[in-house]
Amino acid sequence: MYIVTSSKPMAAPNPALMEAMQKISEREIKAGRMIDNGGLMPLATGARVRIADGELSVIDGPFVEAKEVIGGYAIFELRDKEEAVAMAREFMQLHLDHMPDWEGTCELRAFATPDMEGGCRPDAPSRVAAEA
Amino acid sequence: MTAADIDRAIHARIHAKVHAKIHATWRIVQPRLIATLSRMLRDVPLAEELTQDALVAALEAWPLSGVPDNAGAWLVATAKRRALDHLRRARMLARKHEMLARDLIQEQEAVPDFDAALDDDIGDELLRLIFTACHPLLPRHARAALALRMICGLTTDEIARAFLVPEATIAQRILRAKRTLSRSGLAYETPSGEALSERLASVLEVIYLIFNEGHAASRGEEWLRPQLCDEALRMGRVLVGLAPLEPEAHGLMALMELNVARMRARVGADGEPILLMDQDRALWDRLQIRRGLLALGRARELGGGGKFYTLQAAIVACHATAETASATDWRRIAELYGQLATLVRSPVIELNRAVALGMAEGPQAGLDLVDLIADEPALRAYHHLPAVRGDLLQKLGRFAEARVSFEAAACLATNARERAMMERRAAAMADLDGTA
Repeated sequence: MYIVTSSKPMAAPNPALMEAMQKISEREIKAGRMIDNGGLMPLATGARVRIADGELSVIDGPFVEAKEVIGGYAIFELRDKEEAVAMAREFMQLHLDHMPDWEGTCELRAFATPDMEGGCRPDAPSRVAAEA
Repeated sequence: MTAADIDRAIHARIHAKVHAKIHATWRIVQPRLIATLSRMLRDVPLAEELTQDALVAALEAWPLSGVPDNAGAWLVATAKRRALDHLRRARMLARKHEMLARDLIQEQEAVPDFDAALDDDIGDELLRLIFTACHPLLPRHARAALALRMICGLTTDEIARAFLVPEATIAQRILRAKRTLSRSGLAYETPSGEALSERLASVLEVIYLIFNEGHAASRGEEWLRPQLCDEALRMGRVLVGLAPLEPEAHGLMALMELNVARMRARVGADGEPILLMDQDRALWDRLQIRRGLLALGRARELGGGGKFYTLQAAIVACHATAETASATDWRRIAELYGQLATLVRSPVIELNRAVALGMAEGPQAGLDLVDLIADEPALRAYHHLPAVRGDLLQKLGRFAEARVSFEAAACLATNARERAMMERRAAAMADLDGTA
């Protein structure tokens, strides 16, 4: 799974980036690699259900923290980490090309495999990767 | 180990890492690259070779210069240059080639931006490429090897390891297949009408062959080879993406997803096979089953309900939706096998129908059908026949005969795991029968 986060949440990607992302998504779906993807509405429109000090509370947006905010995700079925990184590089390059001022991170996370033994090892083998 | 040895080892490891990176990038861009070059050159085998050349060029250049930002475009530019060089070198004076070379030069001058070439919607090209790789003219295993190489970007070595055959064998298969394609002067086009469904059937068959080889490995020590299943699923998704209105593409996808969803439950702790009825259903992948059922629904919507792959997917869906083994709707399964049998005359389908009947109406009903097909020449070396027969005889309490059947199945099994299982069952019959 690729999770794209940014400390500069953008209202929306500009049209050129949108188009480029749409193209690459369509291409990757046709290539049998992308399973799913989506952008997320701004955090302010969401809510948080949280447990702290043994108490459960619901907090509506907007939130004050200027931490990294998740802007979107994609789920790919790829062969290995190299393929996931290559794919994410290409995806992030689009952002650099079309929105040079934007800053953000594409975090790659493999889905946990049934045998959770390797789940916490940094070198754990994984078949599925990435979210951009 | 000397310091130099350690240096060499470190260097080799870094080298391997860079290579893996380059390979990954190339795999992503490769099918598009072959498709683009095929369109330019009207020659798939040549396009495939030039794509390989681009990989070699990258393997030479990138470890020194680093992976370029736009690695895909770099590969395309390189491959295009090679195509141009090739045409010049070949000095083909036929007008067609002159024109091609001119077009290429013009194209290169006019479009320095190779991203554009890559970003073109090459869906049609890719479909043509798949049709070419899976051409009915080629032997089935050659089609599978060619498809894995051209569509999935596997290396010859990877394909050989997946199929457990020597690399030279696969290299030969690919070489011969490419020669056949070159010599046949095939029109590089998407067929239409009657020809389209025949060609599509050939593609589906290749994907299914690859999947089956992974799902019920016919040779070797392990009876599952997940990598092949993954590649088949990927190719199935490519096909569905390119031919979304083709019911059987969805049917095959459903069949593969529903089968693969059981993968985890099919192997015990020691790697021994666990049969469907004995599997822990909690280990089945519910999400994948859901995907499979959605694909099955889509196939039916598109009118595929009575077709080959969709029917098989419907059978697997009966198992996937049964909460417990005892809740399995065997009558429905027997009926679906009956429908399948009217579509394809196959003793294997009859054998499966016998299993379903044995469950729905009792072991004697199953055994009657098995005995009807026992003499089929096609089943002479098929170890599932005596395995099924043994199982039915066991249920009827005829342990001595069951043992003979299981022993026969053990002799015929080509997969080590399955052979061991049959030997175990034969031994268990000996205990029950009271004979040593």
